[in-house]
Amino acid sequence: MAVTVSASRPAANPLARAVREALFAGVISFGMFVLLIGLKTDQNIRNELVLEPRWGLLAAVVALTMLGRFLYVGFIAPAMARAKAERAKAPVVVSEPGFIRRNSNKIGIVVLFLFPIVSVMAFGLQGSLKWVDNFGIQILIYVMLAWGLNIVVGLAGLLDLGYVAFYAVGAYSYALLASHYGLSFWILLPCAGIMAAMWGVILGFPVLRLRGDYLAIVTLAFGEIIRLVLINWREVTNGSAGISGIPKVSFFGLMSFNVSDPNYIAKVLGLATSGVYYKIFLYYLILLLCLLTAFVTIRLRRLPVGRAWEALREDEIACRSLGINTTTTKLTAFATGAMFGGFAGSFFAARQGFVSPESFVFLESAIVLAIVVLGGMGSLGGIAVAAAVMIGGTEILRELQFLKAVFGPDFTPELYRMLLFGMAMVIVMIWKPRGFVGSREPTAFLKERKAVSTSFTKEGHG
Amino acid sequence: MQYFIQQLINGLTLGSIYGLIAIGYTMVYGIIGMINFAHGDLFMVGAFIALIVFLILTAMFYSVPVVVALLVMMIVAMLLSGLYNWVIEKVAYRPLRGSFRLAPLITAIGMSIALSNFVQVTQGPRNKPIPPMVSQVYNIGGVSVSLKQIIIVLVTAVLLAIFWYVVNRTPLGRAQRACEQDQKMAALLGIDVDRTVSLTFIMGAALAAVAGTLFLMYYGVVSFSDGFVPGVKAFTAAVLGGIGSLPGAVIGGLLIGFIESMWSAYFSIDYKDVAAFSILAIVLIFLPSGILGRPEVEKV
Repeated sequence: MAVTVSASRPAANPLARAVREALFAGVISFGMFVLLIGLKTDQNIRNELVLEPRWGLLAAVVALTMLGRFLYVGFIAPAMARAKAERAKAPVVVSEPGFIRRNSNKIGIVVLFLFPIVSVMAFGLQGSLKWVDNFGIQILIYVMLAWGLNIVVGLAGLLDLGYVAFYAVGAYSYALLASHYGLSFWILLPCAGIMAAMWGVILGFPVLRLRGDYLAIVTLAFGEIIRLVLINWREVTNGSAGISGIPKVSFFGLMSFNVSDPNYIAKVLGLATSGVYYKIFLYYLILLLCLLTAFVTIRLRRLPVGRAWEALREDEIACRSLGINTTTTKLTAFATGAMFGGFAGSFFAARQGFVSPESFVFLESAIVLAIVVLGGMGSLGGIAVAAAVMIGGTEILRELQFLKAVFGPDFTPELYRMLLFGMAMVIVMIWKPRGFVGSREPTAFLKERKAVSTSFTKEGHG
Repeated sequence: MQYFIQQLINGLTLGSIYGLIAIGYTMVYGIIGMINFAHGDLFMVGAFIALIVFLILTAMFYSVPVVVALLVMMIVAMLLSGLYNWVIEKVAYRPLRGSFRLAPLITAIGMSIALSNFVQVTQGPRNKPIPPMVSQVYNIGGVSVSLKQIIIVLVTAVLLAIFWYVVNRTPLGRAQRACEQDQKMAALLGIDVDRTVSLTFIMGAALAAVAGTLFLMYYGVVSFSDGFVPGVKAFTAAVLGGIGSLPGAVIGGLLIGFIESMWSAYFSIDYKDVAAFSILAIVLIFLPSGILGRPEVEKV
């Protein structure tokens, strides 16, 4: 008795299927967008809301969705399936990693050190300001935050949705102590780190018995509590108005970056007055802070406490039965991560010269967590790449002025920044659910170091 | 005493809205074990859809009876929000089901960012006020109860009754409970898991959309960023009640509503959110799986 079971319906003409799918997608997108894109709520002169139809835009969006779906179902998906089948057939070739691959970390560090010099040479002193500040410093701050959070999420496997709280503690510690007591950045940097670590212990102690999503929501709640306290404790924090006029960092007290000071860097070195020196100095400062974070993370992974973190991530019960004190282990991870958040925070305050609770919203925590996960949790290189792609990508959107020529003068690419950021998070995650670098480097091995495949790695239960 | 009862009524109103949103969180968590971060923004999308339907109604007809207007707003918002959540689940969560735990959380956060910014881009960043729809206020023994509050509590009660019936008495509800207990077994026994999960998302979104409509009616204003705070509070409510438990979500919602209104009445309005979040932390320290949550059994 032969029973043939067809796995799927007989494959009809793929083009016919693509057309059907496209029509379906058109109906769905029409339903989704008919009210929210088709009609715009606007206020008229009497401050009443009126509706302004935008049927042309609606039609364009629906048509684009249909076209996209048609191309995907009709051409891209079959091509991808074919490519996958061919890759499966081809024998696995283990090639010796090339020079660039083997030395990617060293090359990366050299490129980062040369970046400001190259951009000054390419764009001139004033022209390089944008590149060093908006791209270099901005990305490196997120790299530092993500590497700090990586200790908590990537190594110890604790889901922390309120990391920005420690960033805020660091920033406000520097802002308040520097502007009230005139202490220098170099004294306050460790202070801010210790302060943030202390808060990590205070917040962590009661909640680290919780697991998984309960821990996630409590850390989120703590992040919000700290932000709300910053907004409402007006006597100290000046509320939503924030603290401005935060002193700049000096070059170890030898050279200052305030034009009025006698030891202003341009006077000492005999250069032209420019704001770019300070930015370049800050760039190297944050780069060194990042490298410090990376160095500490790499070394910690080889210490007993780092091994305990990773063991905790892989299996908490086994950890406990082997006599590891899970509470202390979690607490150290929490505090270490918080400390780096505090460092990054005090740097942020020094760089902006202004802090307000607006900078420490949940979105920041979400972005940092997204970078950690997109980079492949635990992998420092992957996280740095993810930060560069996500933050650099959204910064580039500010630069795309030529789009104004395409979409008309009212078009502001900045508006679409966060919309595209959110969609990029979804797309990258679906494309690479394990992040850019999914495999893990073991720290303990028998004869030779082999990367642990993604299918054997775990991400902890919280 | 009257003041206390007054605050109790305010808290009940607020708590009903939180409870309706919290059900969506807890249901999705129960069935596929993920925190649907985009749920709060779906609530906001529901409120915007209701707003636009309201404007269409007032533009087309000179005067619409309030009951009809509210019903139409609610039904359209429920349908379209359900559609949104159906699409979101299909696009962002389904490809990652069975993948590692943080992946759907990240796509959910991405969806949340995308949704609120989508509304900002298409509808503008400003607050959207509407003229008051219902303004009657009754005075019962010195306590003033507005018709708005009565409508909110009544609608919530009716919806919860329908919802309870669906989950406990219909084949769909049985399928949902089966998937919640053991997806693989449910699939082996002939339950279409994908369809059940989709329907769960649609139901959660529909309840959030009703909450959005009620929010719009109660406050008379909505903006693109209004999804986050109620979303986080509703999620807090779901965790407080014990995530995965439906009565827990409602109880948690009411509790958060009461805490908030009592705190702003007797202490300081500035710190009402701090109070809600602190109580969450304290409750979880003593009851680590919420009020009605089942304690997690660790299997080795």
